[in-house]
Amino acid sequence: MSATVDTHVHDDHDVHHHKETFVTKYIFSQDHKMIAKQYLITGVIIMGIIGIMMSLLIRMQIAWPEQSNVIFKALLGKWAPEGVMDADIYLALVTIHGTLMVFFVLTAGLSGTFSNLLIPLQLGARDMASGFLNMISYWLFFLSCVIMIASFFVEFGPAAAGWTIYPPLSALPMAQPGSGAGMTLWLVSMAIFIASSLLGSLNYIVTVLNLRTKGMSMTRMPLTIWAFFITAVIGVISFPVLLSAALLLIMDRSFGTSFFLSDIFIQGEVLHYQGGSPVLFEHLFWFLGHPEVYIVLLPALGITSEIIATNSRKPIFGYRAMVLSILAIAFLSTIVWGHHMFISGMNPFLGSVFTFTTLLIAIPSAVKAFNYITTLWKGNLQMNPAMLFSIGLVSTFITGGLTGIILGDSALDINVHDTYFVVAHFHLVMGISALYGVFAGIYHWFPKMFGRMMNKNLGYIHFWITAICAYGVFFPMHFIGMAGLPRRYYTNSNFPLFDDTANTQVVITMFALVAGLAQIVFLYNFISSIFYGKKAEQNPWRSNTLEWTAPVKHMHGNWPGAIPHVYRWPYDYSKPGHEEDFVPQNVPMKEGEEELHH
Amino acid sequence: MTALLTIIIVLFVAIALWQMVKIFDLAQVGASNSQIADDKDNRINGYLMIGFLIFIYAITIVSFIYLGDLPLVSNSASEHGPGIDNLMIISMVVIFIVQIVTQFLLHYFAFKYKGEKGRKALFYADNNTLEAVWTGIPVIVLAGLIIYGLFTWNDIMTIDEEEDPMIIELYAQQFNWKARYGGDDNVLGKANVRLIDLDRANILGVDEDDPNAQDDVIVTELHLPKGRPVLFKMRSQDVLHSAYMPHFRAQMNCVPGMVTQFAFTPTVTTEEMRQTQDMKDKVQNINKIRAEKSKELTANGEEALEPYEFDYLLLCNKICGKSHYNMQMKIVVETEEEFNAWIKEQKTFANSLN
Repeated sequence: MSATVDTHVHDDHDVHHHKETFVTKYIFSQDHKMIAKQYLITGVIIMGIIGIMMSLLIRMQIAWPEQSNVIFKALLGKWAPEGVMDADIYLALVTIHGTLMVFFVLTAGLSGTFSNLLIPLQLGARDMASGFLNMISYWLFFLSCVIMIASFFVEFGPAAAGWTIYPPLSALPMAQPGSGAGMTLWLVSMAIFIASSLLGSLNYIVTVLNLRTKGMSMTRMPLTIWAFFITAVIGVISFPVLLSAALLLIMDRSFGTSFFLSDIFIQGEVLHYQGGSPVLFEHLFWFLGHPEVYIVLLPALGITSEIIATNSRKPIFGYRAMVLSILAIAFLSTIVWGHHMFISGMNPFLGSVFTFTTLLIAIPSAVKAFNYITTLWKGNLQMNPAMLFSIGLVSTFITGGLTGIILGDSALDINVHDTYFVVAHFHLVMGISALYGVFAGIYHWFPKMFGRMMNKNLGYIHFWITAICAYGVFFPMHFIGMAGLPRRYYTNSNFPLFDDTANTQVVITMFALVAGLAQIVFLYNFISSIFYGKKAEQNPWRSNTLEWTAPVKHMHGNWPGAIPHVYRWPYDYSKPGHEEDFVPQNVPMKEGEEELHH
Repeated sequence: MTALLTIIIVLFVAIALWQMVKIFDLAQVGASNSQIADDKDNRINGYLMIGFLIFIYAITIVSFIYLGDLPLVSNSASEHGPGIDNLMIISMVVIFIVQIVTQFLLHYFAFKYKGEKGRKALFYADNNTLEAVWTGIPVIVLAGLIIYGLFTWNDIMTIDEEEDPMIIELYAQQFNWKARYGGDDNVLGKANVRLIDLDRANILGVDEDDPNAQDDVIVTELHLPKGRPVLFKMRSQDVLHSAYMPHFRAQMNCVPGMVTQFAFTPTVTTEEMRQTQDMKDKVQNINKIRAEKSKELTANGEEALEPYEFDYLLLCNKICGKSHYNMQMKIVVETEEEFNAWIKEQKTFANSLN
């Protein structure tokens, strides 16, 4: 903590050295604020639009199966002969939608934007520990985006084995067309993505540990930083395991090894593979795959903590419990992966163990939800769009989290595994919740990023339509799942048994389409506010954290003079004995003032 | 050409929406240009929070009324089924109580404490007793659910060989199912994909020299006698599949290179299931839907749909390729006598080879 103080003096000199050209400022920038914006535009906006449009195509196919549709014809071209979506491309859309949303939008987009923007600004650092690594991290991410999108233009289409790419389906080009060049590109793209993610995470960890300003002890860090920090740690622990799985799969596919394959007879011939096991791949995949859920969710919860406290004009309730629950979730998240594999053929005793650890995660999650609710209690709630999305997040986090109690229970999982029940559960608890986190973050820190305000009324319209549609889409979906309808079916018309779910599917698709259109409101607001929004004041939300002590206009090194010192925790809102209802972290304690929290 | 036109139309719709938003945006210029919520925003959104709470309750109730009869939480057709169903109902009750209470608190507080200029919030940072309470309550409730769940799970997954279960192999390939019975000796002959010989119609790769294999019976429709424990041995020849039998609350993946297993005892014959009131209602409803759809189809000169009759099904529930959505096998549960008569008619493996 104190070791960082002395360097300030030297840092101050650096500020004026750089001669910026267009290329170093906007393209190969090493400034964390610019990199954050690059992640926002590439990861959240562009990849988000593509991912959401895919989900709408998927929903249209499910609601009106095998019917000719001009939109399919226009967008899918040869994949939709006569305007009827092809079954292979349906699976490809499902696969790439999942991959884009989970990895590109909600991992790289979310962490990339807000960790980059906020870690130096909220900790009082001039920049990330390594601006150069940060730049490389972004450009590797950009490259992986390009490769993933490019896979749509290879002859047999993109990967289509589901975002979990279980072999042998993903390993054998003769099993499905998408497992040819499309899958190769998927694996290459993900390998580069993981490299990018690791560089980013290491940078975040080092920055948090080393570059905190004077007085910013770990226990005075805003909960956003705690969440980003722990997220980075989880990423560093679990992403390499996915990389190893991807490399072994590449070996199996291209070099004839048998890590995941054994005893296969396909298209009239026996393949040479022997001794491998697809279950091994499932273990490796989910060792990342489950922590990944928290890599997506924790930053969103961190953002929410900050926004709810600021807009409630109240300290976050139970700061220490919030930090402990983040730590507990992070630890538990690495020992629950088996709940995706209850019926994979692994030993049933292991199933019992994973049921136990999985349901334990409900405890820190419940603590977080209750603490958010208590923070609202007796607050003075400022209903800014960011606040609405944060409250919405708590709502979907509860609704989606509760059904986890059913899915985490091995006995119950037998009958709802891989049905629409699962789809409803994870979309609410990680998809919608994390997206709300992203939206909340954008509305809240837009003035910090672009120096202008977003239009609040458009924000309200965006929130309320999205919130209603999100429940409209995913709530009824639980019931379809409980009726036993498997997910990832191109059409259900071969099962008269499920005909009574067809009308509900149409209703769900309607809600999805409206929700999709509502995002145009956001997009308009976002783009036009960048150029024409009202100029922002320095601290529009009257917030305590350090990023609002930096000038509105971006500059290298963040603060023109010395870095502010920190004298208190970030949640002194409405503290008795102060005139204003907020006391920024860099305001020294008054004489005789006590820290009124543990 | 249509493609181009469609893209243009979609583009126009998007632009129209964009312009509408813009008009809305510009129309506000006169109003206060602060983009920070004021008391009026707080009030309106506070009331909308209550509206949203009502919406959540409403969609819950509507879903239960219109979709509540869809779920498979009653009339299971296996011995362990009611155990799962009870656990499901208990979990659902717990979930709904928590859901209703917490959503109420969240949205009600958002309404009740909506901001007013000049008011100060309560500085309330910590309360160890409260936090102990809401850590403790989930611990107790979850402990109960975990213990109940684990007993149920162990009950299902422990296979009692002494009950003399009938051994049936479920064999998965893209995109169909086959079943192999052990025959008179109830022992499956050895098998491996390397022994597959399509010319001799040995499609499952059963070892022709294994004496236990000679009386095996391979079929494409699964018949099960009521009341007899069945032990399924699952195999797959190409990619992962999952044998999902929702009415029996049974599911297990089929993994190439290994044999997985799942056991249950069917308790309701197909005929009995068709006669239950629940199933009659369901089938009637489905046929009403099909009749309406048929009207549409015949109007377009297409064939009408056949009326639906209930059958148990085995579905593939692990993404396995293009025709994953149509990988199914009919299951017939019948009395012991009917079953014995049926299996006698089937060819044994020895007799089925070319």
